[in-house]
Amino acid sequence: MNTQINQMTTVMSRVAIGCAVALLAACGQSTSTTNTASAPGITASEIKIGSTQPLTGPAAPGYSEIAPAANAYFQYVNAHGGVFGRKITYNYLDDGYNPTTTSSVTRKLVLEDKVFAVFNALGTPTHLAVVDYLNSEKVPDLFVASGCNCWNDTSNHPYTFGWQTDYTIEGKILGQYIQQNLAGKKVGYFYQNDEFGLDGVKGLDQQLSAVASRQNYVPTNTNVAPQISALQASGAQVVVSFSIPAFTALALLTAAKYGYHPIWIVSNVGSDVPTLTGLLKKFSQGAVGSQLLTGMVTDAYLPLVTDASNPWITLFKGIHDQYISSLPWDGNVLYGMAAAYTFVQAIKAAGRNPTRSGLVHTLETTKLSGGPGLPPYGYSSGNHLGYLGVQVATIGADGNATTVGPVYTSSDSGPINQYSGTPATPPSSGIPS
Amino acid sequence: MPAAVARWRSLVTPMLSRHLGLALGAFILLLLLSSQIGAYDDYNLAAVAIFAIATAGLNLLTGVNGQLSLGHGALMAVGAYSTSLMLRGHDLPLILVLLASLAAASLVGAVFGVAAARLRGPYLAGATLALAVGLPQIATRYSHVFGGEEGLTVPPPTAPGWLGADFPPERWLAWIAIAAALVTMVLLDNLLQSSVGRTFKAVRDHEAAAALAGINVARTQVIAFVISSACAGLAGSLFAYWAGLTAPAGFGVALSLQLVSAIVIGGLGSLSGAVWGSIVLVYVPALTSGMASSLKLPSAVGNNLPLLIYGAVLVVAMLVVPDGIDGGLRRLFALARARLAGATTNHKGVVDWDDPAGS
Repeated sequence: MNTQINQMTTVMSRVAIGCAVALLAACGQSTSTTNTASAPGITASEIKIGSTQPLTGPAAPGYSEIAPAANAYFQYVNAHGGVFGRKITYNYLDDGYNPTTTSSVTRKLVLEDKVFAVFNALGTPTHLAVVDYLNSEKVPDLFVASGCNCWNDTSNHPYTFGWQTDYTIEGKILGQYIQQNLAGKKVGYFYQNDEFGLDGVKGLDQQLSAVASRQNYVPTNTNVAPQISALQASGAQVVVSFSIPAFTALALLTAAKYGYHPIWIVSNVGSDVPTLTGLLKKFSQGAVGSQLLTGMVTDAYLPLVTDASNPWITLFKGIHDQYISSLPWDGNVLYGMAAAYTFVQAIKAAGRNPTRSGLVHTLETTKLSGGPGLPPYGYSSGNHLGYLGVQVATIGADGNATTVGPVYTSSDSGPINQYSGTPATPPSSGIPS
Repeated sequence: MPAAVARWRSLVTPMLSRHLGLALGAFILLLLLSSQIGAYDDYNLAAVAIFAIATAGLNLLTGVNGQLSLGHGALMAVGAYSTSLMLRGHDLPLILVLLASLAAASLVGAVFGVAAARLRGPYLAGATLALAVGLPQIATRYSHVFGGEEGLTVPPPTAPGWLGADFPPERWLAWIAIAAALVTMVLLDNLLQSSVGRTFKAVRDHEAAAALAGINVARTQVIAFVISSACAGLAGSLFAYWAGLTAPAGFGVALSLQLVSAIVIGGLGSLSGAVWGSIVLVYVPALTSGMASSLKLPSAVGNNLPLLIYGAVLVVAMLVVPDGIDGGLRRLFALARARLAGATTNHKGVVDWDDPAGS
């Protein structure tokens, strides 16, 4: 009997030792020097990621440059050794900004192409169509190209992460600017009637009390004359516009036609100067162009596209000239490259052989820093938003933007804080270390 | 009463029992096939079955009854929104949801069909196009009910537990869609073989002659519109499950035109043509969608390449097989049969297309 117990103890201790050895081996994997196929989409030589983008359709002008720009940055990284020797393959599919198509092509990415993660999928209505699916399949859904705060839902959507400053925070900081610099003037709103515009208005309303007129539009109706004349009739001297580029241009042209010249304050997504200049020329058959943009107020969370002295702009402009010189150098290209830079930061931080849940864990626990953004990244276990703030900028007569005042950060309901950190400079290789 | 029974009998053709057997065989074959392929292939198979239901209904209306509809996408939207609204906060049995969505679309189709029966040619096309343009706008106008541009999400149908925990939901959906498509095909085929089907064709070929033969032309046209709408509603309901979402952008004019192009490519007036058209509709975009990023082309070219290929397929199909894939295959078979029976053909190898086998 005793011998039996002894034997059993010996067996059990051997099992325990075996477990410990196995555990050590498992721990050792993360610091190992060989690449393994650690997750779907990851092989010894490749990281495959996918995206859904409006390459055609109503949102394509401007936005269709984002994915080729991100891909150009990945090609640059691949040409300089890749990520732990792995090449990044970026498979972006066209959804025509149609949520139903987003739904079917996302399944192609997950089921057929077996991508490791979905990266920078574009659009609020489009991505809302697949966010449940991606989370139920436990596919990392990184850096959605939309400023909806709906991506920050850590309990229902633990695999989804936003990237750009959310529209509510942006609205708050623009509202504060109006309070501080345009006090006493009558304010009107012009906004897109969906999550994008409504989130922005939510932020504005936290700062501003009296609003002379609130006008909204739907992207399928290009006649904005009723809204603009209502704003004019209300006597609004400042108009805050949460609009996509085409509708910023339509609003500016319609107002100019009525001899209405308020101070325009336009949210980041609708204010890219090269895109707007092109649209103004197109809509007015060449009659007007960038002169309508003079004095416009906007905001930025990335360095200004026209700031040739900024080292990030030098880096990304260089990659643009080398890989995608057929595309214009504008805010959309900068956006795509900056998001791609964040992805490379994240995947490197997740170690040599990342897993899907490991990448999510890394983003929640390892503070990413040193990216191209003006404000810091906000990623933590309780926050899946990316950049937490913006800096206000004004457009001069030469079409170039100039930043005004400090960078402010905030959250959807918290106070607005001045950010005192110094901007990072890119590593000399142009690839996060 | 005996008259009613006789009337009911007249709707059940001798072909029905044979086709039921065929459909059952096809169902078992497709179940076996779907179990062997990957989840994404199941997902595409489901899409083919769903579009086949809609295009079969449209083919009945356009190919058999001669009424062109450019608004069937909107009727699918009625089915899809019915499904989404019913499933909002409720967990209803699938069969109930499908039938209720079918009924809702039939109702809209009946109202619209009464108006359509008064219109001919381009006027009918214009009126149905208005339906396709106008109806999805209701969803954005009354966004508190229909969810606006973001639409309403639809939970995927859950597979019964006995299939196992890791049974792919895409496969279960494919099974449901295939079953629905086969039932639709059997019923439609039976209808086409019956006296009702003959009145549809008579009205298409010559309205005045049909009226002289005692056919109520307007009533026949309304019936065809209602049946066609029912198919669109059923397809729309399954489409909502398939996409996981019902949003106005998914039911634009493009969808209605795609359905029309599918029946033209597949073959006007035949049910198998509807299936061929659906295969093209699903697989051409599925095969070309990765080209924008995988081919090293300038983005202005690469981004638009899938659309270009779809257009090219349409043009080539019209040039090579003007009577659709189904018509092309029929000609091919007829030609082969004529060759085999070459010795007995009379007119120096000329094939009579109305009786290609020379029987």
